[in-house]
Formats: sequence, structure tokens, C-alpha cells
Amino acid sequence: MARRLLSSLGQFLATLLVATALIFVMLRVMPGDPAVVALGINATPEALAQWRAEYGTDQSLAVQYLQWMGGLVRGDFGMSYVTSQDLSPLIADRVQVTLILVGLSMVVALLVAVPLGVLAAVRHRHPSGVALAGISQVGVAVPNFLVGVLLVAVFAVHLGWFPSGGWVAPADDPVQFLRRLVLPVIALGSVQAAIITRYVRSAVLEIMREDFLRTARAKGLTKGAALVRHGLRNAGVPVVTIVGVQLAAMLIGSVVIERVFVIPGLGSLLVDSVGNRDLLAVQAIVAVLVLLVIVINLLVDLAYTVLDPRLRKAA
Amino acid sequence: MTCTDFAVDVRGLTVSAGATTLVDDVTFRIAPGEKVGLIGESGSGKSVTSLAVMGLLPDTLTTSGSVTVAGSDDNLLGRSDARVAKLRGSAMSMVFQEPMTALNPLMRVGRQVAEIMTIHRTASTSEASRRAVELLTDVGLPNPAESAQAYPHQLSGGQRQRVMLAMALANDPALLVCDEPTTALDVTVQKQVLDLVLRSVTQRGTGLLFITHDLAVVASVCERVLVMNRGVVVEEGPIETVFTRPQHPYTRGLLAASDLTATDADGRLFTIATAAGYDPSRLRAPETSVHEQPVASVVAPAPTPDPTPASAERAASPSPIVSVRGLTKTYVRSRSGLFGRAARVDALRGLDFEIHEGERFGIVGESGSGKSTLLRILSGLDQPTSGEVDVVGTSLRGAKEKDLGELRRSLQIVFQDPMGSLDPRMSVGDIVAEPLLNPANLRSGLAASPAERRRLVAEMLDHVGLPTTSVERFPHEFSGGQRQRISIARALVCRPRVLVADEPVSALDVSVRAQVLNLLADLVDEYGLTLVFVSHDLGVVRHLCDRVAVMRDGRIVETGPTERLYESPTHDYTRQLVLATPTLQHTLEHA
Repeated sequence: MARRLLSSLGQFLATLLVATALIFVMLRVMPGDPAVVALGINATPEALAQWRAEYGTDQSLAVQYLQWMGGLVRGDFGMSYVTSQDLSPLIADRVQVTLILVGLSMVVALLVAVPLGVLAAVRHRHPSGVALAGISQVGVAVPNFLVGVLLVAVFAVHLGWFPSGGWVAPADDPVQFLRRLVLPVIALGSVQAAIITRYVRSAVLEIMREDFLRTARAKGLTKGAALVRHGLRNAGVPVVTIVGVQLAAMLIGSVVIERVFVIPGLGSLLVDSVGNRDLLAVQAIVAVLVLLVIVINLLVDLAYTVLDPRLRKAA
Repeated sequence: MTCTDFAVDVRGLTVSAGATTLVDDVTFRIAPGEKVGLIGESGSGKSVTSLAVMGLLPDTLTTSGSVTVAGSDDNLLGRSDARVAKLRGSAMSMVFQEPMTALNPLMRVGRQVAEIMTIHRTASTSEASRRAVELLTDVGLPNPAESAQAYPHQLSGGQRQRVMLAMALANDPALLVCDEPTTALDVTVQKQVLDLVLRSVTQRGTGLLFITHDLAVVASVCERVLVMNRGVVVEEGPIETVFTRPQHPYTRGLLAASDLTATDADGRLFTIATAAGYDPSRLRAPETSVHEQPVASVVAPAPTPDPTPASAERAASPSPIVSVRGLTKTYVRSRSGLFGRAARVDALRGLDFEIHEGERFGIVGESGSGKSTLLRILSGLDQPTSGEVDVVGTSLRGAKEKDLGELRRSLQIVFQDPMGSLDPRMSVGDIVAEPLLNPANLRSGLAASPAERRRLVAEMLDHVGLPTTSVERFPHEFSGGQRQRISIARALVCRPRVLVADEPVSALDVSVRAQVLNLLADLVDEYGLTLVFVSHDLGVVRHLCDRVAVMRDGRIVETGPTERLYESPTHDYTRQLVLATPTLQHTLEHA
């Protein structure tokens, strides 16, 4: 168990190292001098040289990478080339917004998908089960920004029940905070719910064919009780996998939904920074996203070992 | 529990799936403490019958008739799942075939045993855990208190089956149903588990319904037997009567096909079709066997195959066709992650043997003995770690795939799983023709043209007893026995000199097994093949092979001519194996 934990952590650190190096190199090999971007094409060579010295871009790539990594370890993302703003508090602020949005959406998606998926599996011969499977199939095919636009059109523009977008911090006004979250969470969560419903359904269907469920019934449990006591945790393993993959996809995909609902999250910041050619900001945001994705993978890995004793062996 | 004169009473049980009747009007009654066997081949309806008794049939099947269990007065069929569930695990319980999958992998086994008591409220939670350890002690699990904390994957197959039994017996049921409980186990473990089942039900006076395809097993456990065929009980009665004076032709056929020591006038095994010539009373009439010897499997010696051109040739060719010297194989299980330590598994620990041209060489051993690894190496599918392996003039040590063309031309394999070893998307014609496309075969001009290949395939299919129309069809359209015939056709189409067979009949029913074994024996003679036959089944090897090697833990513990080895084994382990293998003759003599 301890060895497996260590090994997971080791992989986590190695992935992080490789990923940051890749991000750094990829952004450097792109054409364009940040000094020129910052000062404009008419800047004098002296001004450019001074800017480069100030921001350290005159150093060798290796030194720049080490300086950046040194900053990352201390939680310091450096200063924006364009706005001269300190990036760390900005990114910290934006990450919270995205995490709230994605986390809530996933919770809503799971609350809907787990019962529906189990129901669809238990009643897979029944018309209601078939209908559920069909609906979730359609749901998978709908892009979430389309759901977002439709929700805005109906509930914000037409009915006026919810604001069409924007963000209020929970500390400022909890009610407004929640009201503004309803539509984006539904937009993001409903599509996830459809996807996860399908996975829960097939995982439970798979489990229902297992011999040990028959054993559980032979011990005196009814079908339903056997499924709840012996089936669901077993079905959890493949579901955890897909939840991990989907969480990562949602983080990256939040770029789109944040645009639709004008939410100041990490995705919006990324799009803005790319537009401004703010090299250091883009680099920092991508690094944060990568970090979050590998943290999710680490958590999924740990969840497996909690769920399944067979994976606890060092094998 | 009310006092009844039966453990279970089944009347007119009929189970159907749509228009198909799976079980037709089955009636039987098991008295308390009575041990009843239910035998039949796959598809006979024996498992469906047992599941119907337990109320575990899928909803898609319809039932009629009645099932009454001691402790409940009314018919269980047609009662709600919730009501039958109250009886499952208390009045009646069941041990299933597959110990690997029958236990919940995520729950400690102690809890799984305790659960059956808490479900039926026969014990409080803490009492149930204490009782669970006691029950695990009763079934002979080592370190019961510790084992209770283990997860199923940490136990062996035999141990898991003991856990299943502990669970089944926890609430002292009136009826215990066992569905092929030892089929997946090694013979030595099978013997221990059978003894345990027998002892447990005898002690508790539990009625036993024991389902199996293995006649020798049923004879060693039960007093009475029901024979099922195509959903119908064709014959029933005391074991001794049914097995020595069978009335129904199917029973006679089953007995004849199971008896690997009996052959007809042509030296071939009996099949259901030829069973008329079989005399079941030979099972009780030991005039030809060597009963004085302290070995269980004492039976009439299998007739040695007539001297064939191949064995005559063998005498003339002193150099072996397969030669193995100092062969070892060590697997290194891949490391996990960055810090995991690599685990070493010594699969083969120094083997030396030779096989001569035309010989029928058997390799027996239990799971984990290394016999499959050895086969893979002989067939050039795996590399030895050290030692020399020469097969048909090719040195396999360090040989690259491109050097193995000649080996693949002269050595072919028949695998165990007749379904898994055939590509489901290839037609039978393509499957059988594929070895001919081996460049070494094409170069030799064996079947250079498509027309010639078609002719060879048709000829081969005819030879293994399949219609020529099979060429266009796909593997799933055939039965298990027919699929194994396809595998044999594929192996022999390029006229190899050595045929390697890895448990080729272990997945087949007894009647089909006899047919396939006869076919193999005929073809080996006809083509003058050298046969390397691997099996866990001592009876099959005894029938087919003239020399046998016994493997254990990666070593050959004993090699010798078949009869000598079975009649007077010199190694302890061989003796154990022979003793543990149930044979009809032995059990009936000692009944």
C-alpha cells in the first residue's frame, strides 16, 4: 500500500516535471519576441534591451526555465509581460471560479447520473430503461455550449428567471452567487450526466452478470439488496475512471462555457491572455491546468486502491 | 424448522425459455441426509434445475410444477423474490462452480461468511463474525482468524471453495446444492474438497443435491443418481445399480464414453453411438485388473496401440525429434510504477528429456506446474531463459521469428479452448488454410496455388469428419467438439511431424471427448505423428500416451512408460495424483 502510494507520487512529480518543461519549450519556440509584443514595433533597441533585462528574457533558456520553476515551487508565477500585473493572485482568483463551476457541475452530474444509470441497468429490458438509455445517448451528442445558449435564450432572455451570466463572489452576495451559477452548472452538468449515466449503466449491467451477485442472492438477499450491498462498489471502479477523465475534460472545456456565461474563470483568462500575447500568463495558466489534471489522475489512482483491495498489492 | 420427511421435493418441474423447453417434467425428492447426484452433459438442464430449486433463474425463463423445501409448506415457484430469498441461505444453500468469481472481490471473506447469518438474523453482528471464524476452522482453512481478514484474491481456488462451503453451511440448511463444485480445481484439491463436503453433510444430516458431469466424482459422493439428457431425467436409482446395470441407452453411452480404460474391438474408445458394445458390469468385475496393488486407479490396462509404421520408424531413428537439456524459464513480473520491485517467477527449473519420432508423449501436472510454459517454449512461442531446446532440427534458444518458419512447418498445436483459439471473423476454410501460407510451406511447394490449398483444406476437413460445406461457415456455427475438429484440421493441414496438444479435450463433454480422442489417435497413426499431449487428466493421458512425464513446480518429478508409471509410481507426488483421481471402478468397488 505504502509502496503504491509512493509510486503514485513519484509518477505525479515526474509527469509534472516533463509537462512544465514541455509547456515552457513550446511557448519559447513560437515566433515573436515578447519584448516587441510588449513595447510595440517602434520601440528603440535600447528600450527593448532594458525590457528584456527587466523581465529576464535575455538570459539563456535553461536559466529562464529554472527561474520559472523556482517561482512555481514558491507559488510565484511572475509578472505579466503585458499588464505588468503580478500573475499569482490573479490566477489564484480565477482558479477558484473554475473549480467551483466544474466541481458543482460534476456533483450535480453524479447526483443525476448514478441513480439514473443504475435504474437504466436494472430495467434494461423494461421500456423505461430503454428510454433512459436512449435519452442519455442523445445527451452525449449535444455540445454543452449549445445547451448553454439554449438555456440563456429560454430562462434568462425569455422567462427572465435567472441572470444570463456574470459572476458574484459568494462572500459578497450568496444568493446572487447561486442564481448566477444555476444555468452554467446545468449546461455543463447535464451533458456530463448523460455521459456518466451511460457508463454507470454499462458498469452495473456488467456487475449484474457477475457470479458473486448470484452468490449474494443464494445467501438470501433479494436482487435489489444484492446489487446495493455487493454490486455498486464493484461498479464504482469503472465509474471512477470515467469521472476522472470527464473532470479533466471539463476543466479544459470550461473555456467555452465561461465565454457563453461571461464567467471570469481560468478559461476566460486563458483566452484573454492568448489574445494579448501575454506569454507568461498563458504559460502559467496552462501549467496550472496541467497540474490540476494530474492531481485528478492521482486522486483517481488513490480512489482505485481504496475501492479495490486487489490493487493494493504492490503488483 | 418444521419436521418434514424431505429436504426438498420437486414435482413436475418444467422450465422454458419462450418456445424452448430447457427442463421437462422433472420430479425427485431428497430425504434429509440423503446424497443425490444429478449428472448430464452441458445443455442437459442440470444447472437450470438446480437454479430453479434455489429460485435463482433469470426472469426471462418461465417455470411450472412445484418445488418444496423443508421448513416451508408451499410451492416456491411463482413466489416473489423477497419470499424465496428468506429461504435461500437458511433452508437451502448453494456452492457454485467457479471459486474465482463466486465471491465478492471487494469484501473480506470473514465478512462474507458472517453476512449470511446477519441477513437471516441467526446471529448478531459480533456473534456472526465470531461464528464465521469457527466455520472457517471447520472447513479446514489455515489460520482461520487471519484468513477471515483476507480478500478472496489472496486465497487459492480450493480455499475459496472452502469459504463458499462455510458460507453455505452457516445456517444449517436442510438442503445443500453443489453445482460442479470441484470442476475448476486440481485433482488433489478436488479430493480434499469432496471429502469435506461429504463429511459436512453427513455430520449435519443435510440433504445434498450434487450436480456434475463427472461420473467418477458423483460415484464417490452420492448414494443415488439422476441422469439428465435434453431436459429430461432419463434414469434414476442407486449409484451401483445405475452405473453397473444402466437401463437407458443414454446412461450406458455416458458410462461407456467416460470409461477411458475400455475400448472396442478396434482399440477405440466407446462413444454414445457405439456404446451398445460396452459392458458396464466390467466396472464391478475386476477380473483383468491388478487389484492387489495399493493404488486407487487399478483398472484393465489400456490396450497399447498396434505397432504402426511410425513406431517402427522410431526404433530405426535413434536421434530424438525433441531434445531438451537444462531448460529453465524465469519470468520477471513487470515492476509497478517507479518504485515497485520486480518479482521473479521460476516457471521451469531445469528440465531434461527427449521425445523420439513417433512417440506419444504425455505431460501431466496440476495448475502452476509449468506444463503450459514448457509447451509454449517447445512451440517456439516463448524463449527459454537457459538450457538447450532442439525441436525437429531447429535450435530454439535465441531463435528469431524468421528462423522459426521451418519449426512452424513441422510442429503444430491444438489449444485447449476450442472457441478462443479460432478467429471468430475468419471462415473455417481460411482458418484451416492459414498454416499453408507460412512462407516455409509456400517455398516447399506444398500448396503454392489457391486451388491446391482449397483441395488440401477440403481433404483435411473430410478427414476430421466435418462436411466440406464447413469451408464457408464461421466458428460460432459449430459445437465445441466440432470446433476442436477444426483446430485439429488446421494443425494437420501442413503435414507436420510433431503435434502438440494442450488440454485439447478438457473443455468438452465426455461423449464428445471420446470422439475427439479417437480422432486424434487415428490421425496420429495415419500421419505417423509424434504427439506431445499435455493434460491435467490422468485418465486421458493414460489412454493416449505411451510415455508420461509428471511435472510439479517447474520440475519433472517422474518419467516412464505409461503403464509402469500408473501401476507402480515411484515418486510420492505421482502416487498422490493417481490416488486423488477418482475413477469409477475404484469407487464402485469400495462402495
